[in-house]
Amino acid sequence: MEAFKFSRAATVDQAVAAHAGATTAIAETRFVAGGTTLIDLMKLSVERPKVVVDINGLPLDKVEATPEGGLRLGALTRNADVANHDVVKRDYAVLSEAILSGASPQLRNMATTGGNLLQRTRCPYFRDTAHACNKREPGSGCSAIGGHNRMLAVLGVSSDCIATNPSDQNVALVALEATIDIQGPSGKRSVPAGQFHLLPGTTPHRETALQPGEIITSVTLPKPIAGSKQFYLKLRDRAAYEFALSSTAVVIKLSGGKIEHVRIALGGVGTKPWRALEAEHELTGKSADAANFRIAAEAAMRDAKPASENGYKIELAKRCIVRALTNATVQA
Amino acid sequence: MMFSEFLEFIQANEGAPNGKPAPTTEPSEIIGTALSRVDGPLKTTGTAKYAADYNFKNMAYAVPVCATVASGKIRSIDTSRAEKMPGVVLVMHHGNAPQIFRNGNGGRNSENRPPFEDDVVSYWGQYVALAVAETFQQAQAAAAAVSVTYDADKFNVSALLDDAMPEIGQPDGPKVLSHRGDFEAAFASAPVKVDAVYRTPVETHNPMEMHGTVAVWDGKRFTLYESSQGVINHMNVLSQMLGVPKEDINVISKFIGSGFGGKLFPWPHSALAATAARQLNRPVKLSVNRKMMFSNVGHRPRTEQRMRLGATPDGKLLGLAQDYRNHTSLHDDIRENCGEATPFLYSTANLRVSSALVKRNVGTPTPMRGPGAVPGLFALESAMDELAIALKMDPVALRLALDTQTDESNGKPFSSRHLKECLQVGSEKFGWAKRTPEIGSMRGKSKDGDDVILGWGVACASWGASRGPSQASLSLLQNGRVRVSSGTQDIGTGTYTIVAQVVSDKTGIPIDRIDVLLGNSSFVPGPTSGGSTATATVVPSIADAANNAIAAMLQITGSAKNSPFAGKTPQDLAMTEGKVHLKDKPASSGVPFEEILKGANLASADGAGKSGGLGSDTKARDYSTHSFGAQFVEVEWDPGIARLRVSRVVSVVDGGRIINPKTATNQMAGAIVMGVGMGLFEETIYDPRNGHAINDNFADYVVPTIADTPQIDVHFLDIPDPQMGEYGARGIGEIGLAGIAPAITAAVYHATGVRVRELPVRIEDVLKAKVAV
Ligand SMILES: Cc1cc2nc3c(=O)[nH]c(=O)nc-3n(C[C@H](O)[C@H](O)[C@H](O)COP(=O)(O)OP(=O)(O)OC[C@H]3O[C@@H](n4cnc5c(N)ncnc54)[C@H](O)[C@@H]3O)c2cc1C
Ligand code: SF4
Repeated sequence: MEAFKFSRAATVDQAVAAHAGATTAIAETRFVAGGTTLIDLMKLSVERPKVVVDINGLPLDKVEATPEGGLRLGALTRNADVANHDVVKRDYAVLSEAILSGASPQLRNMATTGGNLLQRTRCPYFRDTAHACNKREPGSGCSAIGGHNRMLAVLGVSSDCIATNPSDQNVALVALEATIDIQGPSGKRSVPAGQFHLLPGTTPHRETALQPGEIITSVTLPKPIAGSKQFYLKLRDRAAYEFALSSTAVVIKLSGGKIEHVRIALGGVGTKPWRALEAEHELTGKSADAANFRIAAEAAMRDAKPASENGYKIELAKRCIVRALTNATVQA
Repeated sequence: MMFSEFLEFIQANEGAPNGKPAPTTEPSEIIGTALSRVDGPLKTTGTAKYAADYNFKNMAYAVPVCATVASGKIRSIDTSRAEKMPGVVLVMHHGNAPQIFRNGNGGRNSENRPPFEDDVVSYWGQYVALAVAETFQQAQAAAAAVSVTYDADKFNVSALLDDAMPEIGQPDGPKVLSHRGDFEAAFASAPVKVDAVYRTPVETHNPMEMHGTVAVWDGKRFTLYESSQGVINHMNVLSQMLGVPKEDINVISKFIGSGFGGKLFPWPHSALAATAARQLNRPVKLSVNRKMMFSNVGHRPRTEQRMRLGATPDGKLLGLAQDYRNHTSLHDDIRENCGEATPFLYSTANLRVSSALVKRNVGTPTPMRGPGAVPGLFALESAMDELAIALKMDPVALRLALDTQTDESNGKPFSSRHLKECLQVGSEKFGWAKRTPEIGSMRGKSKDGDDVILGWGVACASWGASRGPSQASLSLLQNGRVRVSSGTQDIGTGTYTIVAQVVSDKTGIPIDRIDVLLGNSSFVPGPTSGGSTATATVVPSIADAANNAIAAMLQITGSAKNSPFAGKTPQDLAMTEGKVHLKDKPASSGVPFEEILKGANLASADGAGKSGGLGSDTKARDYSTHSFGAQFVEVEWDPGIARLRVSRVVSVVDGGRIINPKTATNQMAGAIVMGVGMGLFEETIYDPRNGHAINDNFADYVVPTIADTPQIDVHFLDIPDPQMGEYGARGIGEIGLAGIAPAITAAVYHATGVRVRELPVRIEDVLKAKVAV
């Protein structure tokens, strides 16, 4: 860890002002919320902020109903509180299940909605400064391609980076079509969860739509779709406390035996929380049966590009999608 | 290391010349009682002090700088930036470090090459410099600021151990470790054959407590606070490395957050901390972090084992060969004794075990729980399962048919072999009779209520049983308490508790009046805690010390003025329940020993205990002594999502007399969880492009969690071994792990039809299962 200046922001404006001085995407100023990603990476010298601004004093820790019938999660709401919130459990079960499948109780007590959105990849080369990594040091090369990449992505990869977005929460947010509410030097704006994270392309160090100075203030969940069923399935080597090898979030509504509405998002296999649009397209208007689920799963993984060690994820993700759809519709 | 080498090593510690035969009388009830650990409250309340918990006034912190090449020479070390940083008091490296000597005949070291001996790097992560500063943070920052350049060289960390070498038995070719009959001929003509290669990965020990040293130098003497499985050996080795007499080194390891073999022998950080302390003339703390645990403090080496079994159609084993290789480091030849159990587990006339080493640019391997036997039994027991399938025989029935009461490798009878009973009791407890052999034929429900396929597998286990020499001191004190000490240590397995039980058994004094002192090299020499020998080794010396202290007490009773029994000879007296009384009168008529000491104006009655190694016991030498076990595993397989979980394990162990069923069961249950890790998760992966153990952290090196822990059923046969000495207790630390991994892969095969011959079993493997989805 390297020495840094530390300050506490009392208002969102103060926080924005403190951060707005940052000039590059790899900002020299960092907000700290739960700290479970940031402090970890600072200890590894992967994050080396000159200034750390504690935002825990900001009034962003509420869960509130929106006039539109949705739910607003303050950026500082703790993952444990969101997952155990009665309305979340009832109307947004996929989010509750996704959060509870991740990390450990201790971590979930600290981790925040905003921090989780911005957690960094678990690519081992990103986390060790002895190795080249385009995400950590743009232009230095990608050590994972041709290295140990068993955990890494098969969808949305580029020749510069194949790192997975490791979050469970974010997969559910994409399936729920949440929006991310942002405040910055030039005011407020909202970005759909599906567009918040960026593909690596040739700039893997740019991970989200956030600009210097911008802070996440909340995440808004739209009004729940009446009669829809939700399910989150996470597959991993061991039974707990491990990032996903493959996960699937499903929001689905049947009508007269046919699929009227379906949203599918994938975790563990994409460079960002992955919306499986092709799969949704295959299913809409079709009957909810095993054959159609498999067709959808094939469609979802059609463009997958495996690296040396992670080809198994393609079949695994397909099975994950089929089972998640099956479980969601069995309940339906 | 070979178990035989380990035995030689422990026998080399000083001790009594001759072993004593086991007493024939039955011990009191305290032996065999499920007593909670006497040190438990200290641990659960955080009061137990581990090595790195020690702090001293004016203490400095040391952080190593680790090499970022796997092979080569250090071209330059630039310490100028680090030296100017706040709080930095020393940056040490091969160019400026005081001499650290090689260990000659001090004892056993881990890496022969002392740290900073020269500019050569032979594995990624090797210590190349040490930053010392006023605070840990300053030392860490300084270590990161040391800039090292290298002339990198070619290196090899390949996981394939297929290096070219001469034929078996030729110079520089594989060594023949065991041989009888003519295997090649028997195999060539065998009607049923198994010929397969099994591989086990590098595993990292990863005890909860990481290694660390707090070194205190007082101008003449060192006190080293260590996490060591052998304080006496540590003292002996460090005495040589630091060039000071043994009496000037005191090694203290009161509590150890487990070692699994990784803390048997000293690692380079210990000499570095001590050297820095001496140079700075102040205490120095050096904690090895989790990342360094993956390169600098040993590992279970990778193995590759070709197994060939030839049999008759009715299951007679015509021949058995195990030709194996294991990797080792450039500086040290560590032979993993994979053939430990092969020569005697099953009856066969023709057998060969051969072994070869291949050099890799990795840190030096070191024993890990069941070294050799555990990877070796993975191969042997997997091959036995494959043979049973080829013969269409039940795998339990096949093993029962091949049982033997003679060690066919040397013709000696076993002192106490009950493998058959282990299989029978295990079958019963597991419900093995209900097993249907067809792949994927058994159904069940998972914990979550999902429909799953069940797979059932079995494997046998074995581990050598032995004991070395040991000493102990025991004092009956005037305050009514007992103080007993020995230069051994409790690595978390319950040695404190067992010693207290033995003292209580001999003296009749309750546990809460017995103070056990271990983990200090200034005590009389006790054993290194390894190879499951500590209990068998230390118990006879404790018993001897207790008996001698009682004899001294009786002598005092008869001779002291004012003694109620003045004039009596020791033969007339006895000590029961802590009271001295006339032999022919009940204990209630006696006088508490502390009263007699008070009357005689004596602080204590002392006894010295000494016991010899098994090798010095002329009668025991005529027997083959081993522990045995049988382990049964159930896996749940959900092909729809390629989910594989170990759901149930029954482990039956023939480990001699069990002194404390609670600590013993705890060892077995822990071994099962470790076996789940070995079977399904654990592998240290070296990046072939740079030699770095790339998954050197607990997120990427996967170990089992509580959620992965199966339903566990442990059973001990509890049959005393007549040749093992006091109580007939053998060791049980390692045997519990020995059969778990092969029983898992057998169960995986039964559920999925996929035979995994390279551990761990991964989702990648079982995704290939042909069972309908
Ligand atoms: C051992 C371990 C296991 C884990 N396992 C899982 C898992 O299985 N699944 C999973 O999904 N996650 C897992 N996680 C990740 C965990 O969910 C994240 O670390 C956590 O959600 C981050 O939240 P935080 O509040 O602690 O973030 P911080 O560490 O405080 O912040 C993370 C980043 O977000 C920025 N930031 C925080 N809040 C804001 C804001 N309001 N506006 C703008 N920027 C902000 C910070 O500057 C920083 O860059 C694991 C983490 C650990 C350490
Ligand atoms: S995959 Fe991305 S994060 Fe990993 S090494 Fe390559 S560039 Fe870095």
